[in-house]
Amino acid sequence: MIVAGIEVGGKNVHIVVQKDGQTLGKAASPTGIKKAEAVEALYDEVLKKAGLTRKDVARVVATGSAAKRVSFANGSIPDATADARGVIKRFPSTRTVIAVGAEEGRAMKVSPEGEVIDFAINEKCAAGTGTFIEAMSRALEVSVEEMSKIAMESTRNLSINAQCAVFGESEVVSLIHQKTPKSDIARAVMNAIAGRIGSVARAVGLEKDIVMVGGLAKNAGFVDSLRKTIEMEVTVPDDPDYVGALGAAEAALARVIAEEVNEREVEKEPATEGKVSSRRNDG
Amino acid sequence: MAEEVKTAQFWRWPETNWVNPDIDWRRGKLITAGVDVGSVSTQAVVMVDGEFFAYGNTRTGSDSPDSARKGMDFALKKSDLKVENIDTCIGTGYGRVNVPMAQQSITEISCHARGANFMYGPEVRTVMDMGGQDCKAINVDDGGKVLNFMMNDKCAAGTGRGMEVFADLIRVPVWEIGPRSFKIQKEPPMISSTCVVFAKSEVVGLLEAGTPENDIMAAYCSAMAHRILELLNRLGVKEKFVITGGIAKNEGVVRRLEKELGIKTADRVWYKNEYADRGYPFDTQLAGAIGAALFGNVLLKTGKARSVRKA
Repeated sequence: MIVAGIEVGGKNVHIVVQKDGQTLGKAASPTGIKKAEAVEALYDEVLKKAGLTRKDVARVVATGSAAKRVSFANGSIPDATADARGVIKRFPSTRTVIAVGAEEGRAMKVSPEGEVIDFAINEKCAAGTGTFIEAMSRALEVSVEEMSKIAMESTRNLSINAQCAVFGESEVVSLIHQKTPKSDIARAVMNAIAGRIGSVARAVGLEKDIVMVGGLAKNAGFVDSLRKTIEMEVTVPDDPDYVGALGAAEAALARVIAEEVNEREVEKEPATEGKVSSRRNDG
Repeated sequence: MAEEVKTAQFWRWPETNWVNPDIDWRRGKLITAGVDVGSVSTQAVVMVDGEFFAYGNTRTGSDSPDSARKGMDFALKKSDLKVENIDTCIGTGYGRVNVPMAQQSITEISCHARGANFMYGPEVRTVMDMGGQDCKAINVDDGGKVLNFMMNDKCAAGTGRGMEVFADLIRVPVWEIGPRSFKIQKEPPMISSTCVVFAKSEVVGLLEAGTPENDIMAAYCSAMAHRILELLNRLGVKEKFVITGGIAKNEGVVRRLEKELGIKTADRVWYKNEYADRGYPFDTQLAGAIGAALFGNVLLKTGKARSVRKA
């Protein structure tokens, strides 16, 4: 059974195509302004590389803040559910999932079955998201990758007082004017965001094991700060930014099975079924 | 020869100064000054025996003492009064402890309350100071004394800086945003993101989708009004209600705030009839510096400050 999981976030689209739990293809691209178009283009690209067509895919599940933009999806699941699903198979002992993307930071308490028991979220404010770090990297005039690297070189514990990304930028600029080394500023920025994420995660109780996913998990400098802030080990899976899409693909697989054994389930979702037929037609 | 083309900075508002033609400062007894060094703008006001004599309204630079000096020089530019002629100077605002010519500093909350009392009159009960990087809702008594206040200094949403970021993004001079926000067919839904950073992405999306610029301005003004409303509702607004600071000049925000609040703001006119009749400039950004200069006068009269006048 071939399925696809698509996560449409604030900044990037991630797509994973799987056959019976094995990944056939995956790719990511920036969402841009025209999200729906970005999704379509990337989906066709992934399928083409895997030697597939849309007809070969039995079910598509979308997730992420702009999941609705996936017009051809059979259904969607909340991003917290997708993250939990994406993590639990690979790390069964996970009890807390921290997911930080471009425009959102959240923490989930998960059951051994991968169900979300509790979650906390910050989606109102750029402080505590990847966007904050990006904005500061622009002010520092270094790439985010470079910023992650130099942050780990710093031994100073400087702090950024501004919570707001707009004010944070002015603060970083004035630190640069005071000839503060960029590595110290980078470290201070990582610590500030780690503090914000740490307090979101504390809201669900930081039970171990802790796994961090989302685009910011790729930032080693940040993960280092987070470990020090919460004083706990944080595991980062390979390709942490694909975890949401992976979770969606797994949900797609699970639903395919449900559809086959229980037709009632299908009847419950007439709107979704309508989408299936339109997808098959244009495929 | 290559011609230098300067990029327009849409958030940069014109700096202004003024000297009162009706006052001969040499006849005055007490010359006091207030310097309000804010995070975005700096104002210096000079008062002669408690009467409005001169002001300068400038942009704050990267250094507070320099900004304070620049503001004061600009205020005195059109007058022959020198800093040495001033009896006492009070610093206020975010950079109040870094005003080199000041003998004391007083918080901008007290100064805005006092300044609003002088500008709008003793009936003022709630002052909303909309600053560059913070906003404060202040309840005051008939003497301009602070009773209680609430402030937001953590978040750029609802501050002047937020409006500047927006002006720069849509490339419209900041003073045109208010008037243009009313040139619309129908009031659009407000920008849904609270965070200025996220609002920027939202605005880019709207521009890309072909939404008319004026509608986007209306949507942003409306979001800002909504944000301020939260603060005011928590404090409790009483009439006469006035707004000070830079955003008070943005009708787009003020009118929409009034509508949501169900309370009108007082007209931006001097309480003192002779000031209004003579057409003295009424700049809402001056409230803090006016308040500081008035405090200077009181401190001298009550012997709590000594004159440092050198000439």
